[in-house]
Amino acid sequence: MNFLRGALAVAAKDLRSEIRSKESVNASLSFALVILVLFSFAFDPTSDTVREIAGGLLWLVFAFAGTLILNRSFARELVNDCLDALLASPISGAQLYLGKVIANFLILLAVELLSMPVFGIFYNVHWTRFLGQLLLVMVLATWGLTVIGTLFSAMTVNLRLRELMLPTLVYPMMIPALMGAITLSSKLAAGEPIGPEDLIWFRLLVAFDVIFTALALALVETVLVG
Amino acid sequence: MRTKVISALVVASGALLAWNLHTILLNVPDEASQGRIFRLIYFHLPAALTSMAGFFIAMFSALAYLAKRDLRFDAAAAAINEVAFTFAFITLVTGSIWGRIIWGVWWAWDPRLTSYFICLLMYSGYFMMRRAVDEPHRRATLSAVLSILASVDIVIVWKSIEWFRTQHPGPVLEIRGGGGMAPGMEAPIFWNALAFLLLEIALVLIRMRQQSIQSQIESLRRYAHAF
Repeated sequence: MNFLRGALAVAAKDLRSEIRSKESVNASLSFALVILVLFSFAFDPTSDTVREIAGGLLWLVFAFAGTLILNRSFARELVNDCLDALLASPISGAQLYLGKVIANFLILLAVELLSMPVFGIFYNVHWTRFLGQLLLVMVLATWGLTVIGTLFSAMTVNLRLRELMLPTLVYPMMIPALMGAITLSSKLAAGEPIGPEDLIWFRLLVAFDVIFTALALALVETVLVG
Repeated sequence: MRTKVISALVVASGALLAWNLHTILLNVPDEASQGRIFRLIYFHLPAALTSMAGFFIAMFSALAYLAKRDLRFDAAAAAINEVAFTFAFITLVTGSIWGRIIWGVWWAWDPRLTSYFICLLMYSGYFMMRRAVDEPHRRATLSAVLSILASVDIVIVWKSIEWFRTQHPGPVLEIRGGGGMAPGMEAPIFWNALAFLLLEIALVLIRMRQQSIQSQIESLRRYAHAF
């Protein structure tokens, strides 16, 4: 119980500073919109094929926008040696990490929810038809992306070329979660319900989340403290 | 002592490779449907086996570093990963040449090719990160963590890409189901795998020696700066 309380305290701190500054949300949301506009030049945005690749488009946008949030997650603690102070505080590295994951997860989910209506309008996709299932996919996949991304954010925080290292390392690792999310979201956005043959992708997303949450919690102390 | 081991390994591997080349080029007949180009499999498959074995052993070496905090395990993991990466690259290149002749394209988004390519991307990230950290223990810790995460992820990637691609089967996949090989044609694959494995061990030992010399030079340089 104490473990969760410590993690939630970190998450609340991160969310509070995000609500006051809005720097990550503003940057990643406007970045997401820019990519959505750029995609419209890559192909005919009114055609039916858009519905088939809707999931791919969305998750590429979310993955790109997510890296902006993840990059800031630990980097914002470097000023005034806040990271050292956090590590020296009574909470463990795993609690600090979990708190950051929760905060990043909520921020990225907010960006995704704000981008969805814009995407629906621009590309004429009726994404609200299976809203519940789509939300479930978004929650599962976003948790997977933030779990991996926050761990790599902690790993790269003190590296040279941090902004370049994070995406290079993190995108190949995210591929299974992205594939699951893309397959399921494409179907849902096209107005098809999820059938029994797609359950395997749900299982993949859950397995990815569980495996990497456990691995990251076990390894993060080593990453942060050494 | 180590020089003798390295020389013995290189000589053994070289002799085995020469003997294998003789068998592959002169004794093994052309394959019925593929013709001459099928001989690439004698290099493609052993290189793939050697690279995978390397990545796997390197992960254990990384785990050993985290348990013991001995930099020698990190040096071994890095050296093995570098050599395994080279063999993985050979696998991809030989596969690509074969694909150009048989499939007519250099690259197909087949599950195996895609997952192998992602594996290469992950390890190129590993090498990039090693260059970005100066402090040896910090570098070793981060590399070990990355190595563990990558090896777990590769297994998931492997399975999921198979599901992802087979939902939309292309013509490429039908050509691929070839069937077994004749008894006499299979043996050189295993002999070549042994030769590649010996070569891999020799290269890892050479690389580890280079690393230890490099760290000696660095400590001498620091010592010289101290005065």
